Amino acid sequence: MSKTLFNSGHTACAGCGQSMAARLVVDAAGPNTIVVNNTGCLEVFSTKYPESSWGVPWIHSLFENGAAVASGVESAIKYLGKADTINVIAQGGDGGTADIGLQALSGMLERGHNILYVCFDNEAYENTGIQRSGLTPYGANTTTTPPGAGAKSMGNIRYKKPMPEIANAHGIPYVATASAGFPQDLQRKVKKAISIKGPKYIQVHSPCPLGWRHETSFTIEVAKLAVETGLYPLIEYEFGMISSRRQIIPKPVEEYLKVQGRFKHLFKLPEEIKKIQEIADNNIKKYGLKVEG
Amino acid sequence: MKEFLEGSQAIAEVIKLCRPGVISAYPITPQTHIVEGLAKMCADGELDSQFVNVESEHSAASVVLGAVATGVRAYTATSSQGLFYMAEVLYNISGMRLPVIMTVAARSISAPINIWNDHQDVVSLRDAGWIQLHAEDIQEAADLHLIAYRLGEDKTMMLPVMVCMDGFILTHGVETVNMPIQEEVDKFLPAYNPPYKLDVTNPMTLGPLVDPDYYMEARFALNETHKEALALIPKITAEFAKVFGRNYNGLIEGYQLNDAERVIVAMGSVCGTIKEVVDELKKKGKKVGLLKITSLRPFPAMHIYQALKNIPKVAVIDRALSIGSFAPLSAEVKAVFFGKPKRPKAVSSFIVGLGGRDITKDSIKEIFRLLTGKEKQGEFIDLKPELLKESYE
Repeated sequence: MSKTLFNSGHTACAGCGQSMAARLVVDAAGPNTIVVNNTGCLEVFSTKYPESSWGVPWIHSLFENGAAVASGVESAIKYLGKADTINVIAQGGDGGTADIGLQALSGMLERGHNILYVCFDNEAYENTGIQRSGLTPYGANTTTTPPGAGAKSMGNIRYKKPMPEIANAHGIPYVATASAGFPQDLQRKVKKAISIKGPKYIQVHSPCPLGWRHETSFTIEVAKLAVETGLYPLIEYEFGMISSRRQIIPKPVEEYLKVQGRFKHLFKLPEEIKKIQEIADNNIKKYGLKVEG
Repeated sequence: MKEFLEGSQAIAEVIKLCRPGVISAYPITPQTHIVEGLAKMCADGELDSQFVNVESEHSAASVVLGAVATGVRAYTATSSQGLFYMAEVLYNISGMRLPVIMTVAARSISAPINIWNDHQDVVSLRDAGWIQLHAEDIQEAADLHLIAYRLGEDKTMMLPVMVCMDGFILTHGVETVNMPIQEEVDKFLPAYNPPYKLDVTNPMTLGPLVDPDYYMEARFALNETHKEALALIPKITAEFAKVFGRNYNGLIEGYQLNDAERVIVAMGSVCGTIKEVVDELKKKGKKVGLLKITSLRPFPAMHIYQALKNIPKVAVIDRALSIGSFAPLSAEVKAVFFGKPKRPKAVSSFIVGLGGRDITKDSIKEIFRLLTGKEKQGEFIDLKPELLKESYE
């Protein structure tokens, strides 16, 4: 195996999708990269003092300010005249990105900093024990959206916040979704992003065996199923327009849902599974995901 | 060179001379004139800094954190609610040992909302791990910024410093200020060259997770460095005097303490008013004096003890509250004497000038007068009793 900038020996759970995705991102960016990390699983499992997995300069400050700290790092690099040689990546989980860190991220995108922001989307506050975030999908069982006894609750009643579209609405040059299940696609998007000047946003679907309750050996498969059902479309926007989409021969959403404990309760509620199929169908239609002919 | 300047303008000019590479701020009254001045200098090409207009004070503090961590000198300024919104980041900056320098235009805290001067914002943040220096006038405020950079960036310190200047009174007041020139500043303040930074040629992990096996030592070290700052501050102010010809102790300043029988302890611009009253009363044969505290953090306990141990009656002026307890500065000054062989017969505590209520010479004279009587606990001066009669019943 070739040399990596994110070394093994960290304390991530077996089958952690985020640890795989984080390694793919930093290795694609290369050694001339400074990484700013929000608080979250990745920060916790990769930097427990006195050890660190990171082979690049790396800084963690707080839960919600990674985009702002990165803005300071990038401004300092500009002041030093090194803006053309050093990449700045800000990264965080879905909570640190789409909820508590949304303001700092919006500021970073709006100000035009030359920074790639990567959101590792594992669809809940997994680090604190699987609480619901704004990116938790419809129907998911989390510790703060538990399905209740009887028909009182079916889990998370809200749809995923459309973060890629929110990022895109800032008029930035590059937005993409990616998946831990498609490593080459993810690395291609990171490389493309850092070749473009200005703010970039990539959201990486990163399965969490602990929170999603799937087999630890099944991480890549689960990530692939999310894409293949149309529930996690892989798309790229360049200068506001969709420039690519991964096309699929759509599988029924049950194939994705049935391998995860977080959706198990829905199989007693067929009308809810129907609603999730509608989410996938809408995505397929909206983004033109279906392979033609 | 002597110039007639608004306080904010003097601070902006001095910050320019310190050559920060990154400036970031979010507008809040009465801090705005300082950063407006710096923005204009950047726009005019007089100042080679990256000026980052952020969406909040939380991000302003985070931007300067990131810049200093990258090895570049940085500056920010705020006030009141803005300081509170930064609070989480401020503790983080000191814990990460990053010498960020910030001006705080000291202002009251909402509610009720009030934009005028007191010390509730800065005093509430006294435990944030920052060195906290309080200016009496515009000249001192300007000079303390030079001292702050030199002090915070000292390799034995690596601490953030906030320079507190009373909102409006000093930020919008106009005084004749002896402005330093670039050559003097460059002589006094070397380029920022930190022992650690984000550098692709020498990758480091900053801000890691630290478990119970290591955390306490990091906090202990921060606390110890504040103690060491007590020794370093007078050394740096002595060097400052050599270059600029103005003498500050940097920790405390005694005024007419030699034969004083009644002394007021205070911070900030009210010290100027107190000095005038002391001069007037001295002429009438009254033995009165002032002890000004410049450094609230580190707290110069031994220096205060030495200055006050033989004073019979002491009054501590607080311009902030610790609601439900003793007024904060008074509690700390009193603690100085516990278990010590000598102490004043009385250490009274007075609350004055909250939310911009004027502290007049009469207010100060009233405090000196009350000092002749029994020890007072948290006595409010210039309160309007007629306003306290209103009720919802």
